[in-house]
Amino acid sequence: MDIPQELDEKITEAISHYPVSKRSAVLPVLHLLQHHFGYITEEGVTWTAEKLGLEPINVLEVVTFYPGFRQKAPGKYHIRVCRTLSCAMSGSYELMEKLCELADIDRDTVTHHDPIAVSKDGKFSIEFAECLACCGFGPVCLVNDDFHEKVSAESAKDLLAQYS
Amino acid sequence: MGDITYKAGREPHPREKRLIFRNVDREGWDTSIDCAMKDGGYEQAKKALTLEPKAITDEVKTSGLRGRGGAGFPTGVKWGFIPPTNTKPVYLICNADESEPGTFKDRYILHQDPHQLIEGMIISCYAVGAKLAYIYVREEFPEAAKILEKAIGEAHEKGFLGKDIQGSGFDLEIYVHRGAGAYICGEETGLIESLEGKRPYPRIKPPYFPAALGLYMSPTIVNNVETLCHVKHIMEMGGEEYAKLGTPRNTGTRILCVSGDVQQPGYYEVEVGKLTFGELVNDVCGGLKSGRKLKAVIPGGSSAKVLRADERFKIKKGDDEVEIGVEDIPMDFDTLMACGSMAGSGGVIVMDDSRSMTWVLNNINNFYAHESCGQCTPCREGSLWMKKITDRVVSGGGTPSDIDTLAGVAKNIDGRTICAFGEACSWPTSSFVAKFRDELVASTTEENAGKATTPEAAAQRRYLKAEPVA
Repeated sequence: MDIPQELDEKITEAISHYPVSKRSAVLPVLHLLQHHFGYITEEGVTWTAEKLGLEPINVLEVVTFYPGFRQKAPGKYHIRVCRTLSCAMSGSYELMEKLCELADIDRDTVTHHDPIAVSKDGKFSIEFAECLACCGFGPVCLVNDDFHEKVSAESAKDLLAQYS
Repeated sequence: MGDITYKAGREPHPREKRLIFRNVDREGWDTSIDCAMKDGGYEQAKKALTLEPKAITDEVKTSGLRGRGGAGFPTGVKWGFIPPTNTKPVYLICNADESEPGTFKDRYILHQDPHQLIEGMIISCYAVGAKLAYIYVREEFPEAAKILEKAIGEAHEKGFLGKDIQGSGFDLEIYVHRGAGAYICGEETGLIESLEGKRPYPRIKPPYFPAALGLYMSPTIVNNVETLCHVKHIMEMGGEEYAKLGTPRNTGTRILCVSGDVQQPGYYEVEVGKLTFGELVNDVCGGLKSGRKLKAVIPGGSSAKVLRADERFKIKKGDDEVEIGVEDIPMDFDTLMACGSMAGSGGVIVMDDSRSMTWVLNNINNFYAHESCGQCTPCREGSLWMKKITDRVVSGGGTPSDIDTLAGVAKNIDGRTICAFGEACSWPTSSFVAKFRDELVASTTEENAGKATTPEAAAQRRYLKAEPVA
């Protein structure tokens, strides 16, 4: 696995935040790998385990548990639409439908273990997220690290246009 | 609030009392330490470091501050649970995993006033003797994590973190730890497991009370973001003065997050118990949407039991027992508990008569089925069953007996799990069934009870239909 020096430095720094137990650095290291590579590969799991002196299963169990870690490549822009009550009441299911239509994404492939659907051109991927904690200003969504509130089905087009 | 101006259209409502949210949406305010210090930031931390740690804990106890994360447990008492004979290092964790549906208050503290939190943490760490602290931020707040890291760096530069803070001899390091999208990490022992780099399976209490056996099996204090911010204001005002805010046993201010069917949803910081639910909706939030009537409210995050608009409650007022309606409930910990629900995390979700309660319950059940960590069988299986049953009902395949099955499943989860998630996932179902039974039953059909599942059975049904069932 090709780890550039800058990433390696960030990883070393992250590990130093846990003077009592290196194992605590599993989540931060995985975050850094996912941020760099887009998702967690099998190699990423063994690499992390070796780096932290763990068995690979200790890392894999973390990757498979948390919805925040992906095991397949998302699109260039990964959209997470809040699905939970207040956003659903303000129209997040309609927003999801509209975004899929506009970005040409087929969500029929989505299952519990594979919640992400990717557009045919690979530019956008989408998934439902549970409560993003901005319930008063729904529907809300995250596009990569950018947060957007009050995104209605009508304004979905403008949202996607920001990521062209 | 005097000299502070707020951004146009974001001004606090006159009924608000802004302590924690003083700087939220403030004109000319930014997240830099210079901005915070010009406004008196870190003065309370400096003051605290000259006091005996026990004196701070005593002030917090006097203030009557109750945890703002959901359980409403007295903060000072929690701090006091660290065993007096302890020789292990003590840790403090700030729970910034805000993810209870309906709650959106910590988001604004983290994004707009990070130094208030850091100052609150310095004071709290000093009081409990923690030299290492973590802020557990949920993964869905990437911006907040960056802001906090920058703020921690600034506090280091100014000598409010690191070795020998302000010449007091007290050392403290704070690090940001990001979660990865799991609701269960908001449960304090689950959070600790997650911080140890594992799956966040909650630990059983006893023996694993974090104040005695927490992070790395050492005493650990886990407090919510808002709670830690209150500590700063208790330092500033003194416990006794702080306790004058709010109502007895329900002191201080708290942030109510209103979402759903009101004219102006949003965050409102009010003195605890000084505002009734009716005032909150009708005065502060501008009322319901036009032409609509109140149907139901979930008063403290989606795990809180739902209240029906026409319910009547008997509560104690002094020595007398009085009967009140939903709109008369003061939004405090004790009254909401007496009404059979809870103040929880302050997330108020309002539903008007356009909403189908079957649909609402199904949405909530989907959330809990997704978020159950899977450690305890009743919760892992039960939350999924409740989701599947309501999925079936909303798609038109439900039978009347499904509603009893729902209630039965919920009853078998409640009290049979390691952590409070069991209650959190079963209370919505049990309360919806208890209070909206007729509506839920009406959304099922008698016919589905004998619905054919195979082509052969469908063929046989022809004959059944020909003969009227006695």
